[in-house]
Formats: sequence, C-alpha cells, structure tokens
Amino acid sequence: MKIEMKNISKAFGKNKVLEGVNFAVESGEVHALMGENGAGKSTLMNILTGLYGDDGGDILVDGQPTSYSGPLDAEQHGISFIHQEMNNFLEMSVVDNMFLNKEIKNKFGMINEDKMRKQAREYLSKLGADIDVDKPIGTLSVGRQQLIEIAKSIMTDAKIIIMDEPTAALTENEIDQLFAVVNDLKKQGVGFIYISHRMEEIFKIADKVTVMRDGISVNEYMTKDVDMKQLVRDMVGREIGDFYPDRDPHFGKTILSVKNLTEKGIFENVSFDVHEGEILAFSGLMGAGRTEIMRAIFGIDHYDSGEIYLDGKKVKIKDPESAIKHRIGFLTENRKDEGLILADSLRDNIALPSINGFVKHGLIDDKSVDDFANMLMKRLTVKAMSEQVTAGSLSGGNQQKVVLAKWVGSGSRVLILDEPTRGVDVGAKREIYDLMNELTDRNVAIIMISSDLPEVLGMSDKIAVVYEGKISGIVDTNGATQESVMTLATGGTDNARN
Amino acid sequence: MQETKSVETEKSKGFDFKKFVGKMGPLLALIVLVILVTVLSPGFIQPNNLLNLLRQVSINAVIAFGMTFVILTGGIDLSVGSILALTGAVTATLLTTGISPIIALLAGIALGSLLGFVNGLLIAYGKAAPFIATLATMTIFRGATYVFTNGNPITGAKMNDSFMFQFMGRGYLLGIPFPIFIMAVVYLVLYLLLHKTTFGRKTYALGGNENAAFIAGVKTKMVTIWIYTISGLMAAIAGIILTSRLSSAQPDAGTSYEMDAIAAVVLGGTSLAGGKGRIFGTLIGALIIGTLNNGMNLLGISSFYQQIVKGIVIIIAVLLDRKSNDK
Repeated sequence: MKIEMKNISKAFGKNKVLEGVNFAVESGEVHALMGENGAGKSTLMNILTGLYGDDGGDILVDGQPTSYSGPLDAEQHGISFIHQEMNNFLEMSVVDNMFLNKEIKNKFGMINEDKMRKQAREYLSKLGADIDVDKPIGTLSVGRQQLIEIAKSIMTDAKIIIMDEPTAALTENEIDQLFAVVNDLKKQGVGFIYISHRMEEIFKIADKVTVMRDGISVNEYMTKDVDMKQLVRDMVGREIGDFYPDRDPHFGKTILSVKNLTEKGIFENVSFDVHEGEILAFSGLMGAGRTEIMRAIFGIDHYDSGEIYLDGKKVKIKDPESAIKHRIGFLTENRKDEGLILADSLRDNIALPSINGFVKHGLIDDKSVDDFANMLMKRLTVKAMSEQVTAGSLSGGNQQKVVLAKWVGSGSRVLILDEPTRGVDVGAKREIYDLMNELTDRNVAIIMISSDLPEVLGMSDKIAVVYEGKISGIVDTNGATQESVMTLATGGTDNARN
Repeated sequence: MQETKSVETEKSKGFDFKKFVGKMGPLLALIVLVILVTVLSPGFIQPNNLLNLLRQVSINAVIAFGMTFVILTGGIDLSVGSILALTGAVTATLLTTGISPIIALLAGIALGSLLGFVNGLLIAYGKAAPFIATLATMTIFRGATYVFTNGNPITGAKMNDSFMFQFMGRGYLLGIPFPIFIMAVVYLVLYLLLHKTTFGRKTYALGGNENAAFIAGVKTKMVTIWIYTISGLMAAIAGIILTSRLSSAQPDAGTSYEMDAIAAVVLGGTSLAGGKGRIFGTLIGALIIGTLNNGMNLLGISSFYQQIVKGIVIIIAVLLDRKSNDK
C-alpha cells in the first residue's frame, strides 16, 4: 500500500492550518512526522483518515484518488490511527476493550467470549506480549496498553499504522519492546507514520523523516542522511543553539534535606540533599517510585517514617498548603489532571497557590492579581490572547509554562518538576530549560524527575537514580553516561533490561 | 489542539454572538418571559404584584444562593428542604417558650449551619457521594422534624407576640416586604464571597479540578465542609422567613424545595459538573421560576399544569445550554 498526500491545504475559518503539504508513506517503511505543536501534524493525519475534509490537494492510495468518510472507513481500508490518549475503558477487560464494537457473536446474537479471548491472545502473542486478557486494562502499564493498541490495529488488518507520540509515557524497556514490534511488523510489510518529539527515537526507528512547521512540510529526508541539528532547525525555523543550554551552576547552602523517608512497599530509606542553585535529577524507570517520593515530600501522600529538613530545620509538611508555605513548588507529571483547572482562566490558575497574598480588607485585589498573572506570563513567554482565556484553550507547551508560572509566582525556593518537558514541543522545551537556569541563578533548588536520559544528562548537576523504591546511587552529572545511569536504574546489572 | 485554538482566537476578535447568548441567555429568557406574561396578563407588571413576586421568590432564592456554591463544587444538597423544616420547628418552639426572639433566631441559624456541617463532614471526610449523603440526611432531618413536632404544626400566642419575628416574613420596610431585603443582603454577601474572596476562588478551583486545587494548596476538605455549612445556613434563613410568614412551623414545610433551588441554579447556567457558573445566574433562575409561578397563577392555570410547564422550561434551558456549550 502506498499513500501519497499531495499539496494538501486546509483552513479552519480564516485560519490556514495547512498549505500545500506533501507527505508519502508506503508499506514496509517507518516515516516519522516531526514538528512543534500546532505545526499541523494532527490535522494532516485527520485529513488522511477522513475526520476532516481537505480544502485542496489530492490523496492517492496506490495511485488512485481516494477520500475516506471517516476514521472507521479508513480503518476498514487498512489505515489505523493510534492516538496518544488511548481512550480505553479502564474498568473493562483487555479482551472487551480489544473487541469493543467488533464483538464476536454466536448464532443467537450473544457474545462469544471464548472465541474473542482466543483471538485476543493470538494477536498479542504475535507481538510477543504476554498479557492476561481478562485483566481490567487500567491495571496495565501505558506501555502494555500501547501494545494492545497495536494488536487492535493488526486485528483490523492495518497496512498503515499511524502512531501519535507512542512513547510519551513509556519506560526505556517498553520503548525497546515497542520498537522491536514495529521493526517486526515492518518486515511483514506494515507501514508506519510515526509522530514524535523525541529526536533520539527518530534516529532509532525511522527510515524517513518529514518535518512540518506552521502548516507546511519543510523537508523530507532519509534518516541516515540528516542530523539532529538540521531537524531542529527545520522545526523551529531558526538556529536554536545546542539543544540543552549551558549550565553554570553556583551552589549555595543545603536547602532541602530528606533523611530515610520510607513508605512501606512504595519507597524505602530515601535520603538526599539539594542545594541552592542546584538541579538534582531523579532518574529511574517508570514505577520505580520517583513520583511517589516527591508526592510524600510535598504532603500529598502519607509516609511512614523519615525526616524532612528545610534550611537545617526539621519540618512537618502535612499537606500541599504547608509545603507552599515552606516555599516548595510541585509541577506534577500530569498537567491536565493535577496541574491545571482547565475551565478556569490563566489568571486564576497562575494565582491559585498565591491567592491568599492578594487579599485587601478581606477581598481579593483583582487588579494586583491581573498584574501578577500578566507579569508571570510575560516572564515565562506564555503565548495567549490574554490572561482571561481558559487554560484548556492553550497548547501543551504553553499549558506547561502556565503551571510553571504558578510555582514561580508562589515564590518557590525548592521546585519539584516531574517530567517538565513531556508532550512539550522543541521551542517551548528550550524555553523551559532556560527558565530552569534562570531560577537556579537566583538560588532556587530544582528537583527534576525525568525519564528522558539526554535531558537528565543535559540539564542536571547531580543525578539520583531510583530503583524499586530505593536510591541506588547519586552521581555527578559530569562523568555520567546514559549507560551508567541506566545500569543504576535497573538494579546494577544489564540483564535486568531484558 | 493549537489549530482549534487559533480558530477561537480569530473568532473572539469580532462580536461572539454565541458567547454573548451563553452568558446573557438566562437574563434574555427572563425578559422575554416577563414581556410574554405582561401581554397575556397586564396585571403582572403592577408594582404590587412584582413586590409580591419578589417576596415569593425570596425563600427559594436564598436556598438557591447557597446551592450555587454546592453545585459549583460538583456537589448537590438534597437536604435543604428538611433543614428548613427542622430549623423552622426548633425556632418556633423556642419562641413559644417566650425566649428572646434574637436567641431563637440565632439558634435556628446555628442549627441549620450545624446540619449543613454534618453534610460537609460526611462528604469531605466520609467520602460519601453528595447525592447519597444528602439524600440520607434529607430523610433523617425530615424524620427528626416529625419526631420533634410530633407531626403537628407549631404555633402559639407567644410566638406571634414577637414583633421582630413577625417582621422577618411579614414586615414591610419603606413599603417593600422585608424578605426582599433579606434576599438582597444574602445575595450581596454571597456574591462578594464567591467572586471577591479567596474562598470563592477556591470554590471554583475545587469544582474545576479537585486534584489540581489540592496540589495548589487549597484545603479541599475544609472548603467542602464550609460550603455545605453555608447551604445549611441558607436553608435555616429561608426557614425563618417561611415560619414567620405562616406564623407557624409546619412539619412538612420545605418539601421538594431542593428541586426548585437546583432548578434555579441550573436555569442560571451553572454547570452541574462543577467549576462553571455565577451567582447572578442563580438570581435570574429564581426569578424565572417565580415569574412562571406568578404568571401562571394570574392566568388561572391549574397547579397541576404548572408543574408540567416548569419541567418543560427546565428541559429547554438545559438543551439550549448544551447547544451553546457544544459550539
């Protein structure tokens, strides 16, 4: 199967989102589609699968002009779209999710569970995935759910599979497994359109790469003929310097000191110090307990024993309110569930942790809040019409900056950033890194949880590696390598990776 | 994501008719309704009738103002009618003993707050679903009212001796029924509380996203408890107005008042999912219901049909609201 999209244009109202885009993919290749948020990647894919009509251009499938009436039609013709947010029914079993709306029925119209189970197992084992199909899908990791999505695609006999940021929430291990499956299917003639922000992956998995920017397709390359710098340049339309800014850290005294923090079964004897002006990265596999440790420190979750010291004084942080009073901030890994109130304005989101400081005679001083929000939005280069628009209307990168603005505004001296650049485009990523440097220059201490190893190595001063709820080592970033960190993250032996 | 955002940006530069209707819809509906009723029954627009209407509205409005906070957090309070009855009965009983009316009124208000506080505890710390928790307390408080009153109305000479108590429901100030003043003061206080204080901000935040609010330092449990306490307090104020108005406390007073209050909040455009809405809308919603009731009475429509009409109006309002939300 060969798909060619030629000269595709699309406008929403007066707003042109695609102009003369060219893109082609065929069976047996992985073609990466890169570009910042808003570059038009999703729109292009939605036009291909028939969710939107186009305003101009041709879609040729095996040379024939084609247009699908919608995603279902596209799927029946062998084009399957795996979205970033998988929309599974978490309480329902794997098999029920896999066969949703495609249930196999017996001659009385009743659902034939045995047959469905058998087929589900067959497809999953084709991918080398050993998954209990009767388990609720919500109990499985995102990586496993991703594999189930692929199994669903093969079930519909997909010739071309579109994957939107499939690795955003996967561990290194799961990524390896996913790539093995993709390579395997590729050999069997399946073609992939692979949308991703992660450079390293593109070079690992893609045969070709097309870069989009502001609704045009900038360039198409064979992956082997291009380097990361060129791709970044194409994406942002300008030189972005090195991907990670230089750090010139000056450490002050110890701000936060955690001693023997333990929550049984979750994490154990966690001890570390973080200094003024320092970025301490927390690395490790997903599920190792990094987020849980931070949630306990911030007063969201309980811990059994251990002590937390701020400026050498023992403190008891019983809830986030008291953490904020101690000038700790926490950018959580899931900004939509925990970081933002999507229906509220940017202003109200940004001011929320600091709102008690804006009271005059018992009432909120709205003018000061407006100024406060505006000042922070400028400082963090949040791109929005005004401080009054809702947080839900912004792109991922801008939403992340709004969450950061909250915690910068609340005067955090210790800032915990959990996956600060996940789902954020390249330009905004760089801006977030620059802001981290600016904050540490002002003696803020940053704890950064990240599953992105190049980011950990590029941005931190020290790396604490967590393995199964314990800190398996704290190393200087100078001298650390992806391999040395990964070794600690997997319990010290390379065998644990496979 | 970005694409749709830019579209909205483009649009909002001009006059956004849909947004305008979404925001002003309830008010427009009220104006249309007033014109319609006036045409059908010119007596409607007479000052005396309008004052009468506002007085009738005041009880539901006061309850609905409290309910607005509850619904903004994504909750519901079904127990308001029962709280009204129980606090009315207790206040009336105290008055019949000849106790100072100030004490009797404060006791009623304190009891209403306490009952609301219990709702709040069950929901915040017992993690009970608001619907179930207040459904249970609705029955309990109603039962308690019957036990307390023995099923009989409470009235008595001493109760009606108190000028102050009489004034609450039946007095006039500057020619305007006193309950209208109570409604206005309550509106003003709760308006300020919701839109100008940190408590109000936290109410919206809690309703919009409880997790995010908690992590941003909002004591979500405390806010929840306070909100149900306010709702109970409002029910008690309404109970005092009603008891004074009737010069007696009826054990079945306030039955199904929760429905009118919820209807007023929803007609006013507040989302049952929480996080979105305004107390001004609730005032308009209460006025719409009041105008419907009053207008249909003037037109001599039987109360049986009135219920059907009210229900249909709510359905229309909700459908229109859905449409304007779906773009």
